[in-house]
Amino acid sequence: MKRKVFQLLVDNTSGVLSRISGLFSRRGYNIESITAGVTANPKYTRITIVTNGDEDVLEQIEKQVAKLVDVEDIKELEPEKSVYRELALIKVKADAANRQGVISIADIFRANIIDVGPQTLIIELTGDQEKIDAFIGLLEGYEILELARTGIAGLARGIENVTYLP
Amino acid sequence: MNGADAIIKCLEAEKVDYVFGYPGVAICPFYNSILSSDIKTVLVRTEQNAAHMASGLARTTKKPGVCAVTSGPGATNLLTGIATAFADSIPLICITGQVNSALLGSDVFQEADVTGAAESFVKYSYLVKDVNDIPRIFKEAFHIAMTGRKGPVLIDVPIDIQNAVIKKFEYPSEVKMRTYKPTVKGNALQLKRMCAAIEKAKKPLICVGGGIALSDCQPELLEFVEKNRIPVVSTMMGIGAMPTKHELYFGMVGNNGKPYANKAMAECDTLVMMGARVADRAVNQPDFLTENKVLIHMDVDPAEIGKNCGPTIPIVGDAKAILEDLNKEKIDVSDSEWIDHLKDLKETLKDNRFADSKYVNPKEFIEALSDKLPDDAIYVADVGQNQIFSCAYHIVKKGKFLTSGGMGTMGYSIPAALGAKLANPLKQVVAVCGDGSLQMSMCEMATVKQENANIKIIVFKNGYLGMVREYQHFTYKDNYSVVELNDYPNLKLLAEAYDFDYRKITYDE
Repeated sequence: MKRKVFQLLVDNTSGVLSRISGLFSRRGYNIESITAGVTANPKYTRITIVTNGDEDVLEQIEKQVAKLVDVEDIKELEPEKSVYRELALIKVKADAANRQGVISIADIFRANIIDVGPQTLIIELTGDQEKIDAFIGLLEGYEILELARTGIAGLARGIENVTYLP
Repeated sequence: MNGADAIIKCLEAEKVDYVFGYPGVAICPFYNSILSSDIKTVLVRTEQNAAHMASGLARTTKKPGVCAVTSGPGATNLLTGIATAFADSIPLICITGQVNSALLGSDVFQEADVTGAAESFVKYSYLVKDVNDIPRIFKEAFHIAMTGRKGPVLIDVPIDIQNAVIKKFEYPSEVKMRTYKPTVKGNALQLKRMCAAIEKAKKPLICVGGGIALSDCQPELLEFVEKNRIPVVSTMMGIGAMPTKHELYFGMVGNNGKPYANKAMAECDTLVMMGARVADRAVNQPDFLTENKVLIHMDVDPAEIGKNCGPTIPIVGDAKAILEDLNKEKIDVSDSEWIDHLKDLKETLKDNRFADSKYVNPKEFIEALSDKLPDDAIYVADVGQNQIFSCAYHIVKKGKFLTSGGMGTMGYSIPAALGAKLANPLKQVVAVCGDGSLQMSMCEMATVKQENANIKIIVFKNGYLGMVREYQHFTYKDNYSVVELNDYPNLKLLAEAYDFDYRKITYDE
């Protein structure tokens, strides 16, 4: 099993996300995470999909996705040539007694405290998946009440291989 | 001009001759507008068969078949027909009426999310939300259906969109789709590699699939194999790509195929899969295809290449364009020993199944039927044991052989034969089915009469669902379950009810 990050450029039409996720579910491909958002050109949407599978499955994923009428482009975002980022919002149980401990961990990770309540803190953290996993690991001594992760968005580094769309 | 008028204008611009379908409130604006057009309409008896009729028409013309049904049950009844066309890559334009767009999603009368339901077996689908999009959508739909790997396209049109006034009707002269660009021409370097591999081969073999008929390139295929003396076998969907009696043709492969065809597949050292998917019924152990042989896989759909087995040389493109290029090349294949060997195999490995002499022998019957048919006859085989008989014994000369290969949809033959007949009124068209498959679409006998279509229906009546019975015989040691049909309907009375001529044969005569 290999993990791969694919970047898709698709027509920004209604139903496009369901067409792509439907393809994954009916052919039995895994989705670890999927994120989508409109590009600088509002006609297109960029989608980042993290998936895993054997080499031949990953090859089929690329071909089957490319075949969809709405898909302009699919390419792999290779780890060494790309940057990935994910956003996590974490609500931690923290009263006056242990609030400071949580804040100091957040500071080390350069996370932001975006909400403070009498018994809770909401922390916002951006980073690659490993950083977020590590941060969550460190909060184990505290009580995580709610956690929301966006899944990663990614881009390839440099000027090569840019699908430029005026 | 309203949306429904615009749809008819689009169909006229695409030179559509027939629309198969069934009206209902949500598609009534469309059926009202079509009255003022020369496009002929055919009222089917159940919607599934509208898609099959459109499929029969599409497979015997160079156009997609068009069907139009109402929302809700009309649309859901159509689904099996769409899936059948999708599995065999048959180009269809399926128009469904839909409830008022303002009410979508509120479960009103006869509302069904048909674009959602059909998603996994259409090439593409549209839900029309603005009447002014109609010309562009239809232009795109016909383009998508007919190019690359062909297939059905669904257009769901809410009734208020059909009734809305269109600002200006202008049918686009060309398609502008940013994201859809199928590959047609084969890569020149890959073609060179293929020619070199065939030249090096001692035992080359071509296995043709449905892609040959879809790309309409039987003459190019014949030229290629005759010039280079390469033997050919076929999948079920490839039947008819070569004349059955051609000296270089060695039958259908697969678990229901000819033993000598399978032997040829096993023994060849270089195999070209041409417009064939390497599907399970044709090649049940795809890994063997790459063992000890060079595999060249040619398909218009890149996703089919490497799906079931990894080829040595992949070639993406349309079979006709590729064969035209290949026919310009000189390939030196001088070995006649291999062809002689295959001819010997064909003589010695006789296919002796179904040789029960008490009743009509299917082999004798179908061979006699083939003999009687004109050279360009269209033969539509249904699904079941009768299909296996037809595939094994029908002799294609210059005609066509149609069947539901990928989906195996029972009841395909009568509606598909009717669609083919309407598109080819001068050709002899026969539907060959069993007593199970007949009963799945015998209601269309009324449609056949209504259209005054002179097709012949041949029924193999054995009182059983023969294919499943055969499976239960081998797999469940004669524990037959739910396969016995009683003696009904009385075919003589059925024929009389529908005003058909009727003949019965009970033994070889």
